[in-house]
Amino acid sequence: MISNLLSTAFRNIMRNRMRTLLTMLGIIIGVAAVIIMVGIGKGAEADINSRIKSLGTNVLMIHAAAMSSKGVHQGADSRNSLKITDLDVLRKEAPRLIAVSGMVRSSSLVVANNKNWSTSVQGVNPDYQTIKDWKVQSGTFFSDRDVRTARKVVVLGKTVAKEIFGDEDPVGKKIRVGKIPCQVIGIMAEKGQSGMGDDQDDVVLAPLLTVYYRFSGENHLGQILASTATMEEMDSAETEVTRALRKAHRLAASEDDDFDIRSQSEIMQTATSMSKTLTLLLSAIAAVSLLVGGIGIMNIMLVSVTERTREIGIRMAIGARGFDILVQFLLEAVVLCSLGGAIGVGIAAATCKAVTKWVGMATVLDGTTIAMAFAFSAVVGVFFGFYPARKASQLNPIEALRYE
Amino acid sequence: MPAVISMRNLSKVYDLGETQVHALRSVNLTIEAGEYVAIMGPSGSGKSTLMNIIGCLDKPTSGEYCLLDRRVDSMSRNELADIRSEVLGFIFQGFNLLSRTSTLENVELPAQYLRKKKLANPRGRALDALKKVGLAERLHHVPSQLSGGQQQRVAIARALVNQPAVLLADEPTGNLDSATSIEIMDIFKQLNDQGITVVMVTHEPDIAAYSKRILVVRDGCIIKDEAVRK
Repeated sequence: MISNLLSTAFRNIMRNRMRTLLTMLGIIIGVAAVIIMVGIGKGAEADINSRIKSLGTNVLMIHAAAMSSKGVHQGADSRNSLKITDLDVLRKEAPRLIAVSGMVRSSSLVVANNKNWSTSVQGVNPDYQTIKDWKVQSGTFFSDRDVRTARKVVVLGKTVAKEIFGDEDPVGKKIRVGKIPCQVIGIMAEKGQSGMGDDQDDVVLAPLLTVYYRFSGENHLGQILASTATMEEMDSAETEVTRALRKAHRLAASEDDDFDIRSQSEIMQTATSMSKTLTLLLSAIAAVSLLVGGIGIMNIMLVSVTERTREIGIRMAIGARGFDILVQFLLEAVVLCSLGGAIGVGIAAATCKAVTKWVGMATVLDGTTIAMAFAFSAVVGVFFGFYPARKASQLNPIEALRYE
Repeated sequence: MPAVISMRNLSKVYDLGETQVHALRSVNLTIEAGEYVAIMGPSGSGKSTLMNIIGCLDKPTSGEYCLLDRRVDSMSRNELADIRSEVLGFIFQGFNLLSRTSTLENVELPAQYLRKKKLANPRGRALDALKKVGLAERLHHVPSQLSGGQQQRVAIARALVNQPAVLLADEPTGNLDSATSIEIMDIFKQLNDQGITVVMVTHEPDIAAYSKRILVVRDGCIIKDEAVRK
């Protein structure tokens, strides 16, 4: 019985192919737009998440707090509140931290092999490797002893090694950083782009004190990086760090912190909520096109009811109840919409693949989105098909039979 | 013989706002099982209204109408639809087949709307009905590929498929040439001989002559009711 009704609906739809196609186009575009928009939005979200995760979710970044004078904030790092001694304080008094590293940055020109490259020289402790989860590809990393003695050794990021030495192995070679000749003792493994899109391999790592004394000429740390063993310990670690640093900086209870602790998970939350809003916005716009498609369906179904008034009269004369006519027209609208929905899903899947392949944007096509978009198109069919179908079912059989 | 159709004091008034049109005025009519009745009359006489009421497509304004001992005049739209499906078979002047639908599917259509007693084998019944009207071939042709006579045969087969007690024909030969009309009348006669009650509206006296009883309607009243002498 159902299959009989379905095949009738199918045949009626196929009678006017051009019109069917044009009507379905609204639904096709609507469904495809929803799935593509959600797919791109979710892809961007997943991409941001994985990039931020690659920076480490259990990393605390401690900066000097923005200085405010007469109520005007001067911007981050405007105060020189982080000292080298803070590192030892944290190692002793914040036991939840498994790794602590200072960081001093300086921009320098590195020269070797008749080539030069302008890059960022970062002074760090050996713990930096643990915090960043970053391995040496060849050679070795510098030791705590190298840091204490401010030895003139460097570990090159992949980009720098390539620019200066090409395919040559730089380990053991001399390299001039600014004016100071150093020895290359290792090369870091490739890390790729950061969440913000800059090249994390375009860097020269050197012992903290080497940079601190020989390059930057500053008497404070740019930031302190630290990590906990698990993400769950982040909050308690933050409390420990705050207590230890406030004590070390001798801050009175009424004073604000002169440092600022941030974690990757916070940044991740912000980025994720941003991309979620974007996804929502995009899918809302797409949903409007689905609605417009639904109105198109209603329009065509109304025309169809008028065109087929005589057919409705014949069916009623040979025994169809109003309900039978209602079901017939409703089913046609639903089949029309579902068919459009299915085609839309196909087009969306192809488009998402194409976007990933040609544009290089990540897209996520999950079952729930597809199922929801498809179900929504069927609901659109019921919703917009109901009025025309009801109109058909309430026709007077005598008048319908007389209709020319 | 039991009465298939029985009408008492049946009236139909169309309310056109300012004026009221009395299409039928206190009609009393009894048609028994196995009769073959032709209804004649000039246009506007009320014969179409009478036919629509007999066919349960329209309701009388007042009076009683019993079809197979069931009171039809007070039935709901759905009940009327079920009566049409189970008891009546319709044949129209303009054939009224579904276009772009094959002969076989057109004939099977009424089975789809049968509620109380489902047909065991609608396809077989449809083929039987087509055989009865002499159209066993051309099953997959659509109406536009058939001649008028053939289309009317398909329509008769469609009317027969649910095995109705009464066959109602509204000007069944109005769109056909005289030779084909005679063929259709032969089919009607055969069906009537098999026990089906036939009620037919026509304005052609030679077509009415094929029936067994002629009613003449004028101004909403039956003015003449006589048996046909053979």
